[in-house]
Amino acid sequence: MPRSSNPANRKEGIAGYVFLSPWLLGLMGITAIPMLGSLVLSFTNYDLLSDWSELEWVGFDNYTRMFADDPHYLDAVGVTVIFALVAVPLKLAAALGVALLLNKERRGTGIFRGLFYLPSLLGGSVALALVWRAMWSKDGAVNAFLALFGIEGLNWINEPDWALETLVVLAIWQFGAPMVIFLAGLKQVPNELYEAAAVDGATKWRSFWHITLPGLSPVIFFNLVLETINGFQGFTSAYVVSGGTGGPVDSTLMYTLYLYQSGFTDYEMGYASAMAWVFLIAIALITATLFSTGKFWVHYGDGQ
Amino acid sequence: MTKLLRHVGLLLLALLMLYPVLWMVVSSLRPNNEIFRRPGLVLDNLQTQNYGEGWNALASPFGHYMVNSSIVVLGCIVGNLVSCSMAAYAFARLDFTGKRLWFAIMLGTIMLPIHVIIVPQYILFSQLDWINTFLPLIVPKVLATDAFFIFLMVQFIRGLPRELDEAARIDGCGHARIFLRIVLPLMMPALATTAIFTFIWTWNDFFSQLIYLTDPEMYTVPVALRSFVDSTVETSWGSMFAMSVVSLAPIILAFLLGQRYLIKGIATTGIK
Repeated sequence: MPRSSNPANRKEGIAGYVFLSPWLLGLMGITAIPMLGSLVLSFTNYDLLSDWSELEWVGFDNYTRMFADDPHYLDAVGVTVIFALVAVPLKLAAALGVALLLNKERRGTGIFRGLFYLPSLLGGSVALALVWRAMWSKDGAVNAFLALFGIEGLNWINEPDWALETLVVLAIWQFGAPMVIFLAGLKQVPNELYEAAAVDGATKWRSFWHITLPGLSPVIFFNLVLETINGFQGFTSAYVVSGGTGGPVDSTLMYTLYLYQSGFTDYEMGYASAMAWVFLIAIALITATLFSTGKFWVHYGDGQ
Repeated sequence: MTKLLRHVGLLLLALLMLYPVLWMVVSSLRPNNEIFRRPGLVLDNLQTQNYGEGWNALASPFGHYMVNSSIVVLGCIVGNLVSCSMAAYAFARLDFTGKRLWFAIMLGTIMLPIHVIIVPQYILFSQLDWINTFLPLIVPKVLATDAFFIFLMVQFIRGLPRELDEAARIDGCGHARIFLRIVLPLMMPALATTAIFTFIWTWNDFFSQLIYLTDPEMYTVPVALRSFVDSTVETSWGSMFAMSVVSLAPIILAFLLGQRYLIKGIATTGIK
């Protein structure tokens, strides 16, 4: 039935687009057209310093260069994948573990929840990355603490084998945001299930395994998707801790940091655009993969 | 017994979690030669000199960068509140052709990393001669590109009873009046959540401010703080920590005042 034949609906349709107009303008002007623009640029040699007239089509050169001709790029991919693979599961495990502890606690829950959440707000800042840099340096607080036990620590942020791990710790430190989401999820698991399980003589471990985890699986899934996508985008901490270089020897060269260097330090905008598109496709593929595995382990309460 | 154990465990964990922040504050109040090699948090030699030095260590007094950041933050908050609430009202309450498609696209953009569009966006803004102004930071918010706030507000408006706006419509109210007089006042909690998150994220945002602001006059707090590392040859850690404390103070204040809205906000939509 054509709705627009009704004058009241037609008026509403116009109002809808009026209310939507700032968003539509932003979608077109600031998101969609620039995205297409970056796709076009990714097939050119555009750099910020030269005139547009020097722009040349280079076909898939930027893309082949990434994978065949640029060891830094491969380093960046490796660093980002390792970071996500290590930081995301540990962060989620910490978030779930502390949420379970807090869920049982009665006294001071609000205060603890707030305290554990606070690092999520601070951790992305330059200030905290500077603190991190100092804490993990040769004379920093971490080594001073280790010295109490007679252990001589390294200059962690200058060690290629350890620099990324300090960033992983910084990421785990920010477990508060997924923790709050877990806490909200735990409240949704019906209490009757636990009571029924207790009547049947189930152990705590069994009720955790068979009631809590399946009941929480949609929230776990949600956090996993969110944190994975966030994990791939870490920029500030890597930039500040490495002084913008991604060093030592590319060990903290996160993908976004290398993209920034290519586009805004080396001004190779064509190459940076190609990197951006590979990034987008990779994130889309990973998200799609997570969703397809979700079928096997995510249980929705309505029996789906 | 397990109760006590859990309580002690939580207290220890809280201390561990707060340690980096406390160490930063304590270090900012210590003489430079005492900052390192001291993991403890006892202040036996308190001095506030670092604050004065840090405040004046860069090209402009640190207050200048705080003002710049405040302008950007204010612009972003107003932009997000106006544009996202308008879009949310359309999605939640109005019926128009193409709505489902637009809504799906809006949800799709929530997860879109800014890094994907930053290059052409930079070219666009530089053609407009907007580099080293605050416009590249504020205008995207005025155009509702922070789609998760739209989503948050849509969810909130859907929870409001429809009878209210239907009654107003029978009384002859147009959509503009229903939005301004009925829906907006009722969605204050969602607006507060949006304002606080916008404040914290914009205050902390480094990536886009680093890219768009290269003139030291225009530096915001994160960009200015970063220059502590590479500008001074002999890095004065004390003054850097002092300014780190100053830069995080507004965030902590916002957290203390708005904790309720922050926790509710992430618990309902899962944003960070």
